[in-house]
Amino acid sequence: MASTIRVRATATGDTTEVQALIQHPMDSGFVKDAKGNLIPPHFIQQLAFECNGKTVFLADWGTAVSKDPYIKFSFKGGNKGDDLKISWVDNKGASDTTTAKIQ
Amino acid sequence: MTSTDDPFPEFAATRRLILKGAVGVALIGLGEFSFGPVPALAAANDKWPEGAFKQKGEADAIKALYGKTAEVSDKVKLDAPEIAENGAVVPMSVTTTLTDVTSISFLVANNPNALAASYNIPPGTIPSVANRLKMAKTSNVTVIVEAAGKLYSATREVKVTVGGCGG
Repeated sequence: MASTIRVRATATGDTTEVQALIQHPMDSGFVKDAKGNLIPPHFIQQLAFECNGKTVFLADWGTAVSKDPYIKFSFKGGNKGDDLKISWVDNKGASDTTTAKIQ
Repeated sequence: MTSTDDPFPEFAATRRLILKGAVGVALIGLGEFSFGPVPALAAANDKWPEGAFKQKGEADAIKALYGKTAEVSDKVKLDAPEIAENGAVVPMSVTTTLTDVTSISFLVANNPNALAASYNIPPGTIPSVANRLKMAKTSNVTVIVEAAGKLYSATREVKVTVGGCGG
């Protein structure tokens, strides 16, 4: 299965900018389907970015994060060619992990 | 099989040991497998703050998350649109000139649950985050920055023409 995580990490000087896009429904639990039944909540709770064995960013998400979430942040200490590991876990226990090279 | 009619008692003992060893290896294998999917989160040693995400009001959510109140600071810059045409996708970002930032949180006051997202900023990570949030209706958006153990905030009103929580 193709990964649900698309990520681009670019190093400029000692700063690495990370942009990630994740495919996930992020159902809030407040929306009804065509039959009027509530769609149960289904959303990513935690998203972690790890570089060289160190967590560089950890997101705790609620239901108010948009569908197919986007996130952008920067950190110091990453070099071109380093591995950036991204993983998420949702409220149903599903998860995905991917590794990207810093460019 | 008893040891009295076993022609090779020593061999039987060895075989028992080997069997025990095999079971041990199998158990270790299972253990590794079940802990496999979440190493990054376990390393961060940080649990998802369920209590804070369940709070309805903005003040309650801040209290549940940090246990203290925030002061408004012009060193926190929240960038959000004045009018959001689609409440389902409202891009917003925050930057700050504060140092020793450990966490950044986004709260939407009029959403069913005020706390939208909370970010852990380890040392070395720049205190600047951009993301996209859902907004049920026109509301104040507050961003909380925790720096050196104190809370700082910035608030902006975002007008929503089409809500993000309708069908």
